[in-house]
Amino acid sequence: MKVITIAGTPSSGKTSVLLHTLNLFKAEGIKTAAVKFDALATQDHDLYQRRLGIPAIRGLSDYVCPDHYYVSNLEEVLAWGHEQGAALLVIETAGLCFRCAPHINGVPAVTVIDNLSGLGAPEKMGPALKLADVVAITKGDLVSQAEKEVFLHRVRQVNQTARAFHCNGLTGNGVLALKRMIDQWPEVPSLTGLKLRYSMPASVCSYCTGEIRVGRNFQTGNVVKIHVANQN
Amino acid sequence: MLQIKTEDLAPEVPRMASITLLAGRDKSGRGEPLPQLSVEAGQSLAVVGPTGSGKSELLSDIEQWADRDTVTGRRLVVSDGPTGRPHDGGGIVARLSQKTSFVMDSSVEHFLHIHAECRNRGQETIVEQTLDAANQLCGEPIRLGTSLQVLSGGQSRALMIADIAFISDAPVVLIDEIENAGIDKLKALSILSASDKPILVATHDPILMLMAPRRLVMREGGMQRVIETSPEERERLAELRRMDAHLCRARDLIRAGDTLQEREPAL
Ligand SMILES: Nc1nc2c(ncn2[C@@H]2O[C@H](COP(=O)(O)OP(=O)(O)OP(=O)(O)O)[C@@H](O)[C@H]2O)c(=O)[nH]1
Ligand SMILES: Nc1ncnc2c1ncn2[C@@H]1O[C@H](COP(=O)(O)OP(=O)(O)OP(=O)(O)O)[C@@H](O)[C@H]1O
Ligand SMILES: [Mg+2]
Ligand SMILES: [Mg+2]
Repeated sequence: MKVITIAGTPSSGKTSVLLHTLNLFKAEGIKTAAVKFDALATQDHDLYQRRLGIPAIRGLSDYVCPDHYYVSNLEEVLAWGHEQGAALLVIETAGLCFRCAPHINGVPAVTVIDNLSGLGAPEKMGPALKLADVVAITKGDLVSQAEKEVFLHRVRQVNQTARAFHCNGLTGNGVLALKRMIDQWPEVPSLTGLKLRYSMPASVCSYCTGEIRVGRNFQTGNVVKIHVANQN
Repeated sequence: MLQIKTEDLAPEVPRMASITLLAGRDKSGRGEPLPQLSVEAGQSLAVVGPTGSGKSELLSDIEQWADRDTVTGRRLVVSDGPTGRPHDGGGIVARLSQKTSFVMDSSVEHFLHIHAECRNRGQETIVEQTLDAANQLCGEPIRLGTSLQVLSGGQSRALMIADIAFISDAPVVLIDEIENAGIDKLKALSILSASDKPILVATHDPILMLMAPRRLVMREGGMQRVIETSPEERERLAELRRMDAHLCRARDLIRAGDTLQEREPAL
């Protein structure tokens, strides 16, 4: 089974791009399955089921750190994909903070970013963009050619090795490029023992364990303070 | 902070001498009557046909570098261009359509500089050239200090066209329905042609159709035939342009709060 991880800012077009891409596989009779990881709510699994008729599930991290929840459930999700008899399993993630990246060494990693997010967005996005193998840039239909070119340039400044391309999540124009890449990618036999491309935060402070009060007195464990002095 | 060499950033996209689209199937799966379509650099081709006849789809095939793997089964071949299909990059086309607008919040000058910078172009002259060209296309002149967000529809369209002609590095230009932009269409086409790229214009506007030396007729998703604009048609074009100008004048007057005179000068 092929596996890909797909990350991106909220509403950047991850599901839209995947729906069009998976539809191309469907047309070739290739079985696909989708998993959506999110923090509090999502209807994406429902979209995959209804629009493509493929098996799809979701995992909501709820009160657990979304990043940790995601990595803790990868083996389960892979096993589920195998049970569905899928030849391609896509793992869509959202709700992760952009301090982290869901991408795994040895698993093709796609990051979606949209042209409307501002020219500063690529630089701010962190490891999810920096460590991706493929960057799909959406919503180019809404901006000028010039802005598309500048945005792509900014993406390249952050990630020089990724294959970056423009595509339209509404019409599907451009997703063929992604489909062609997936065709070339190898299967991922197992996730066990593979390593995240970027480590997750060392979050062991009182807030990790349910503290909700604001103030020094309530902060214990790994607490880091802002440097307010000498910043100007 | 990442340090990056500028050479890595703007890989020069080679000019393409021509692009050729090899026929596939129309909507009902029949082979297309026209076996192949070629457009040379600096040439423009109008794509005409009723709504739903496959004009936009044809432009998509070019944009996606179709290789018998799109819904139409067409195949794109370029001569004197990159040999493989470029997986990386913004693709091979600059596309202009009705929906595009500027979303950036900056001055025209800053914006053109940013774009020229990431294309590795000599900045001063190219920014001026681009603005000059844009100002030939629209009525109200655009100033360098103007914010992109206050440009009128016609002004932004003009700036986009000039920018595609002078700064963009995509070797092919696709234009999908820009008729209502309120800009000088003939000049727009000639500025784009001067940039020496193949240009395809999908349109419902008879003036744009006749402005291109050739036009492709689409029907039911298939390429039917290519028609060369005849000398008679070019004469008719002059007449249509006068009518268009007449209509524009009336529109401008009414818009400006004036009233139309009883006797407008005859066409
Ligand atoms: N105009 C335009 N809209 C797009 C494009 N891609 C996605 N959208 C729209 O953007 C919205 C969000 O798209 P989704 O695909 O749900 O985004 P997502 O990244 O999966 O969102 P989450 O999973 O909720 O984080 C939808 O309304 C899409 O129709 C695009 O290329 N152009
Ligand atoms: N050769 C083809 N085979 C299958 N489907 C096609 C083919 N050509 C076009 N289509 C489909 O037909 C529909 C209409 O085509 P398209 O949008 O390109 O029309 P258009 O000429 O651009 O129309 P409009 O003038 O309204 O913009 C689209 O869904 C497109 O995917
Ligand atoms: Mg989604
Ligand atoms: Mg169209």
